[in-house]
Amino acid sequence: MKSRVIRNLPIRRATTSIPKTAFATPVRAASSVSQRPNSDHVSFPGALKSAFTTQLSFEHPESYKALPTYRVVDQHGAVVDQSFQPDISDETVVKLYKDMLFISIMDLIMFDAQRQGRLSFYMVSAGEEAVSVGSSSVLDPEDPVYCQYREQGFFKERGMTTKEFMSQLFANKNDPGKGRNMPVHYGSKRLNIHTVSSPLATQIPQASGAGYALKMQKLQDPNSKAKVAVCFFGEGAASEGDFHAAMNIAATRSCPVIFICRNNGYAISTPTLDQYRGDGIASRGIGYGIDTIRIDGNDIWAVREAVKKAREMALQDGGKPILIECMTYRVSHHSTSDDSFAYRARVEVEDWKRRDNPITRLRKWMEAKGCWDETKEKEARDSLRKEILKGFSEAEKEKKPALRTMFEDVYEELTPDLKAQIKELRDMLDKYPDEYDFSEYDGGKESLKV
Amino acid sequence: MKRQAVCQLQRVAASSRPIRLPLQIARAYSTHPPQARLNKPIDYSETQLLAHSSKGPALGNHNEIPPEVRNGATRKMNLFQAINDALGIALAEDDSVVVFGEDVAFGGVFRCTMKLAETYGAERIFNTPLTEQGIMGFGIGLAAQGMRPVAEIQFADYVFPAFDQIVNEGAKLRYREGATGVHAGSLTVRMPCGGVGHGGLYHSQSPESLFTHVPGFRVVMPRSPIQAKGLLLSAIRSNDPVLFMEPKILYRAAVEQVPEAAYELPLSKAEVVKGGEDITVISYGQPMYTCLSAIQKAEEDLGISCELIDLRTVYPWDKETVLASVRKTGRVLVVHEAMVNAGIGAEVAAAIQEDPETFVRLEAPVARVAGWSIHSALMFEKFNIPDVARVYENIKKSLNY
Repeated sequence: MKSRVIRNLPIRRATTSIPKTAFATPVRAASSVSQRPNSDHVSFPGALKSAFTTQLSFEHPESYKALPTYRVVDQHGAVVDQSFQPDISDETVVKLYKDMLFISIMDLIMFDAQRQGRLSFYMVSAGEEAVSVGSSSVLDPEDPVYCQYREQGFFKERGMTTKEFMSQLFANKNDPGKGRNMPVHYGSKRLNIHTVSSPLATQIPQASGAGYALKMQKLQDPNSKAKVAVCFFGEGAASEGDFHAAMNIAATRSCPVIFICRNNGYAISTPTLDQYRGDGIASRGIGYGIDTIRIDGNDIWAVREAVKKAREMALQDGGKPILIECMTYRVSHHSTSDDSFAYRARVEVEDWKRRDNPITRLRKWMEAKGCWDETKEKEARDSLRKEILKGFSEAEKEKKPALRTMFEDVYEELTPDLKAQIKELRDMLDKYPDEYDFSEYDGGKESLKV
Repeated sequence: MKRQAVCQLQRVAASSRPIRLPLQIARAYSTHPPQARLNKPIDYSETQLLAHSSKGPALGNHNEIPPEVRNGATRKMNLFQAINDALGIALAEDDSVVVFGEDVAFGGVFRCTMKLAETYGAERIFNTPLTEQGIMGFGIGLAAQGMRPVAEIQFADYVFPAFDQIVNEGAKLRYREGATGVHAGSLTVRMPCGGVGHGGLYHSQSPESLFTHVPGFRVVMPRSPIQAKGLLLSAIRSNDPVLFMEPKILYRAAVEQVPEAAYELPLSKAEVVKGGEDITVISYGQPMYTCLSAIQKAEEDLGISCELIDLRTVYPWDKETVLASVRKTGRVLVVHEAMVNAGIGAEVAAAIQEDPETFVRLEAPVARVAGWSIHSALMFEKFNIPDVARVYENIKKSLNY
């Protein structure tokens, strides 16, 4: 590929004299761009491969066919990609199936728990379990991951325990977030998954930065493991400016990062028709110069095949970003604070549940393969339910994090102001013991001793 | 627009002396009237705040810099060169340091990143697309993954698209991640700020107080090349994220002998630049020079002695040093360029009056000399930014109270 022009002379000097490294940074030189006489191609620096035309013709988005959706297994569980061979044992498939089942059962229990007032908030991921579980199953456990909030399956597949899930949901003293975050804002050092934050799309440029860091670290220590950054987001979040910034930076800096969009049709109440007018999110990837694919997000095999291939590609040629748009349907309400039947027909949802669901699709495939049946299904559901309820009641009984933790981690060390404020709070608790209930907090008010 | 203004501003910043312009152009800007006694241009070649010799500046606490560095070789540097020097040291000593932003690869529009790409490679000093929210998000991601990023926002006026990433992400990352231990503490964000004579609405702002309302970042503004080097090195090495604001009018104007070796100046520590008994003047950044001129005139005219304090870090700021001084003098003036409403002065004044031991020592109301509560309009800068006369008048007012 021809390199792009840079107008200023000092720039050229500065960049061309950089010592050569193994790093594939294209050297940009002004001399490589000049308009040759009678050329049939544009040589403006902004677009080098564009041919001249005498046709006054605007490009109409609708004249392009929608990008196709890759699938391996259809909604009846039958293989449609004839080249497909399962790359994992039946036992591993069963494990992935159980991970999806775990999430869907936990969703029901926790949704009800919120309705009973035992939990402040919850978000289910019904209908989208294949995207998260499938992608997790083909990534390296050390690949750092940024989630939006509907990727519980990713945590589960990577090894999050029932106790860890419940500790976060109940914000008890075992919660790594130290009781600071709303429920479902999971994070894990052990699993290399960043803690979820509520502001949408902020994680996307951060993932680009993380990808660049991985590339630099591999360059500085060639013997280290090659890793990619992974970033999930919904189609609604893709309307944020951060999405645009992230795609563009990842492409220009050639960052090894896999962007996985869950296009489930809704952002709370907003249907995709009010979200965008282009061909979904995938069509945008091409505009940023990013290798892109659209897949059937209800097909765990398609997710696995696409993410596996994407990881390989992301590490090629010194690194590059990949965009995967997973088409799916948000079967559930947006969250426990939302009644989705206020803006969509109940029958539409019921149709999706019945007709096409990632869990039943994999189940059909497994049953056809002969590694799953009704008895195993019942047994699995019962034992998962028991396990979750046990974790639930244990987590609910645990103490809340120590009061002192509300002041910590703002800075690396407590500032003099924060120390004074800890003391001020402690004095209040001493003077007005009947106004505050701190009995549930680990160590009571003792943790506020400075 | 942004780009065009850069060259113009560079030229103005280029000279510490008034530029000789054709009369009709000179009239376009408010200049110093010939009879002015107080509002004369700051003479950076004479000020005692800068080290004109290798012995260091006449004023300031020199003991913060280790003697072997202080007494070692020095080199004449202006502010942008001192920043360049600090970046070079940081890049040389730590492979995880990366420098990026808009136009930094060729040296930066203010020359702060000159020759760094040539020396340390295009993978460590690179241009980003023109997106401030992207730059900040990218930096936070790098920091969370163990790198030590130094991001540049071309002008502080353009930091607002990155506000969400700063406030909701960078500042809260350590808190949100809790026991996972992930944080953005290794992130430093540099941005030129402050008036430069004709920066107008979007090349003049000093948004520091917007960031002091957000726990998580340290907000730093140096006043001189020696300070810029020491504070920037501390910021880069610090495990708390730092917003490092560089008064762009000083990039070329402030020149002094800067130690060549690496050294750090403490963050969140104010500096008593000059001792005094009758009134405390508190400021930071470029207005330190304005304050010194006003103080010297007031001391001459009124036979008093003024204490001058440089906050350096405006958040979390050094209350102890400020309160100790005010307890001694009983009178205090806070001076900054940014708008007076909810500015740094408001926080400092509130802290002074709420400290019981300091409150009883106050002999006069705490005065704030700052920009008016308006935007930085092109033709009115000289009437907006605190000048020597306004600081002088407020010293007098406080003493006569």
